[in-house]
Amino acid sequence: MLATWTVVFISFCYLGLLFAIAYYADERADAGRSVIASPYIYSLSLAVYATAWTFYGSVGRAAENGVGFLPIYIGPTLMIALWWLVMRKILRISKQNRITSLADFIASRYGKSALLGGVVTVIAVIGILPYISLQLKAVSASFTTITGGVPGADTALWVALILAAFTVLFGTRHLDASEHHEGMVAAIAFESLVKLIAFLAVGAWVTWGLYNGFGDIFARAAAAPELSAMLAPLGGVAGDYSSWIWLTILSMFAIIFLPRQFQVTVIENKDEKHLRKAIWLFPLYMLAINIFVLPLAFGGLLHFPKGSDADAFVLTLPMAGKQELLALVVFIGGLSAATGMVIVETIALSTMVCNDLLMPVLLRMRALRLTERRDLTGLLLGIRRGAILLILLLGYLYFRLAGEAYALVSIGLISFAAVAQFAPATLGGIFWKGGTRRGALVGLSAGFAVWVYTLLLPAFARSGWLPLSFLDTGPFGIELLKPLALFGVSGLDQITHAMIWSMLANVGGYVTVSLLRAPSVEEHRQASLFVDVFKRPREAASPRFWRGTASLRDLYDLLARFVGAQAAEEVFAAYARVRHVERSQVQADADLVHYVETQLAGVIGAASAHIMIASVVKEEALSLDEVRTMLDEASQIIVYSHRLEQKSQELERATQELRAANERLTELDRLKDEFVATVSHELRTPLTSIRAFSQILYDNPQMAGEQRAQFLAIITKETERLTRLINQVLDLARIEAGRAEWRVAGVDMRALLADALARMSQVFQERRIAVQLRTPERVPVVRADVDRIIQVVLNLLSNAAKFCEPGRGRVEIGLIEEGGFLRVDVRDNGPGVDARDREIIFDKFRQAGRSPAGGSGLGLHICRRIVEHFGGRIWVTSGGGKGSCFSFTLPCADATLSRQAA
Amino acid sequence: MEEFDVRAQRLAALALLGFLLFSYPLLAAFNVEASVFGIPVLYAYFFVAWAALIALMALVVERRE
Repeated sequence: MLATWTVVFISFCYLGLLFAIAYYADERADAGRSVIASPYIYSLSLAVYATAWTFYGSVGRAAENGVGFLPIYIGPTLMIALWWLVMRKILRISKQNRITSLADFIASRYGKSALLGGVVTVIAVIGILPYISLQLKAVSASFTTITGGVPGADTALWVALILAAFTVLFGTRHLDASEHHEGMVAAIAFESLVKLIAFLAVGAWVTWGLYNGFGDIFARAAAAPELSAMLAPLGGVAGDYSSWIWLTILSMFAIIFLPRQFQVTVIENKDEKHLRKAIWLFPLYMLAINIFVLPLAFGGLLHFPKGSDADAFVLTLPMAGKQELLALVVFIGGLSAATGMVIVETIALSTMVCNDLLMPVLLRMRALRLTERRDLTGLLLGIRRGAILLILLLGYLYFRLAGEAYALVSIGLISFAAVAQFAPATLGGIFWKGGTRRGALVGLSAGFAVWVYTLLLPAFARSGWLPLSFLDTGPFGIELLKPLALFGVSGLDQITHAMIWSMLANVGGYVTVSLLRAPSVEEHRQASLFVDVFKRPREAASPRFWRGTASLRDLYDLLARFVGAQAAEEVFAAYARVRHVERSQVQADADLVHYVETQLAGVIGAASAHIMIASVVKEEALSLDEVRTMLDEASQIIVYSHRLEQKSQELERATQELRAANERLTELDRLKDEFVATVSHELRTPLTSIRAFSQILYDNPQMAGEQRAQFLAIITKETERLTRLINQVLDLARIEAGRAEWRVAGVDMRALLADALARMSQVFQERRIAVQLRTPERVPVVRADVDRIIQVVLNLLSNAAKFCEPGRGRVEIGLIEEGGFLRVDVRDNGPGVDARDREIIFDKFRQAGRSPAGGSGLGLHICRRIVEHFGGRIWVTSGGGKGSCFSFTLPCADATLSRQAA
Repeated sequence: MEEFDVRAQRLAALALLGFLLFSYPLLAAFNVEASVFGIPVLYAYFFVAWAALIALMALVVERRE
């Protein structure tokens, strides 16, 4: 036993820690750095599924019949395998329609029906009460067990009140337009870790501390005669196979339709992609938390006398072993399991009660004039807080009325059967367009009625609040209506019996009534939004079917009343940004009305939002045929716009290519103009001097012979220069236009260099320049045009000759093979080329600063074009005043060939 | 189509497999009083089959297409 105050103090410390975590997560979320945007946190938050039922009740159930606790976890595993099909769709729909709860989801699907939302809420609240009472029972029982109990105190009531206060602080501190509770999710994920660790700790201690491992426990159980039947329990103590299958199906539904599961899986989901990891992590969590259930159950049965409370084994075992710290850890683990469930469940239910039950009613009551109130945020929060308190007190009431006669798991299964009633309307709603509002209403009500009759009323009867004869002989003695053997069907356990009859009524009612009447306009439209959610592009907003008028002011005021003026302004600004218009130019069109409605739906639910919008919008009714036509048009338009988008992309590509081509052309045109201008200038210089000297000769027939000869020599020289220039221009034009003829053959560079030198020998001799040719013994052949390469070499040689000082000049020609290229070096000891000129001298009409007259500025450019044409490179290195070295390379032809040729 | 992609089909097949694994008659085959490594056959079967199912699910969702 632990001191009461120690346990109370530590419990409050733990709740304080949870609050701190939630507060931190909320702060981070407000700062835009969410801590829960992770698939691991998401998976852990899903584990809110494991409640006090799992923590205490599974062992109790296992101690009763061996494997009966397992379908509750295997069912969800199977359903999660189908999540890729089902949950992904629910998630996508919920995000597009800003769904705030399960009731909102179902109401939205069937034409935003406020009535349907209300019915779902009532079923959810009543159906979940047993489940909440289970948590209260477990926490108060574990508290009594660990402390020995406080005389005279109603522990369960205190637990209910403290949890209510805590949940109010937790979940309704402020109103969030997106209905996200990041802090809550972070705390829940933390609680999931705590309860798992606590359970594994006590399991490991019992298995290896109290006993000698799994084998030991099972061997002792097999030896005990009263336990051996539990080693093959199916068909015996664990019920027959049909009840097993029904339990599995029930749990499959529960994992989706429990309001808290819908809350954490759908509403609090940050990213659809998190589903992927959760699909295997969450089942893994369930597997882990169940591993020690059987050892604990058998360990408890072996350790305690017959008739002990098996639901408390998890706690009584460590206490019996004097492990007080472990017992405290277990208590905290159980507290985690229970509080997690209560917090999320009551927040989810209070949202439903507020948005789908009370608000639609209140807004319709004209006497309250709510639609004219300026600020409703306070009212919304007040309703939610009241709902949380009310739900917990009702849970307490159920515990007092009916909870004490049942074991934990049996209480929980009653709630499972209640939420399973949502399955036909929801699953049918997302895969079948034919389901109607009336069908869903009839199905849900019928299923729920059967549930009340076959599960809830018997629970009250067993607790003594109804006469037991109601169970034994039926109401008013009518045997056929016995709640546990309806219409004479007996031999089934209570849950299976209730499930079969309620599903029959539910599915039967839903399908039959849906088929009786065609869906209305609004139902048809919502059905196609839900069922075809994957057929629309993700970003595309839902198609609009709206004809009507609204004023901007009204819409703004409406929104401001529910979310506050500042948030409303932000919403309108965001809308303007998305539409790429100025805030002042926002139009009150169908788009805006729809936008405001979805924003509003995020706060008060789809049904209420619809009513509110209708109060400020004058809507004109549409006929069903009109909607059908619009739907068809809309899908046509989507197809067209898709094609249009493709076309426009193609067009854009073409435009880009054209623009690039145009730029190239413009550049070429500019170069051409420049070229023409330069050429004209270059031509004019020699022409001017020819003309000037001819004029002098013509005007002075008596000129001295010597001078005449000198002038004629100048004229001849200028003419030659002119000819050379014109030849080069033509040459270049041919090369650039790609019309040059290239006669490619194998070229022996040694012979070529010798030939070129021979042609130039006259020039070198005249200028008294020493020439030296160095070639290796063998060189590979290059593939090129002999005449063109000679042209390059001649150009380099004549340049060298031109720049060398007569008498002292030296020109060396080298030939080297390196790296698959043949390199020709022409080295002179002229003035050299300045570093900044080394690149530009290869450009058109560019000459280094101190060029002797006579160069056209085209020679080196032509050389470069030729060398590059054959895949080589040409460049100049120079050491300032110590001459320059022009080099060019040409790629060798195939090496083996060249050896033979050389 | 996005809704019924390969992954959805494989997972649906796994759900079907799981349903078969954990229902009559397979369960009846293991519902015997015997033990493997000291653990009753039925319990061992439950946890091994369950773990295998989860492993397969992980394989299907995590595999890159």
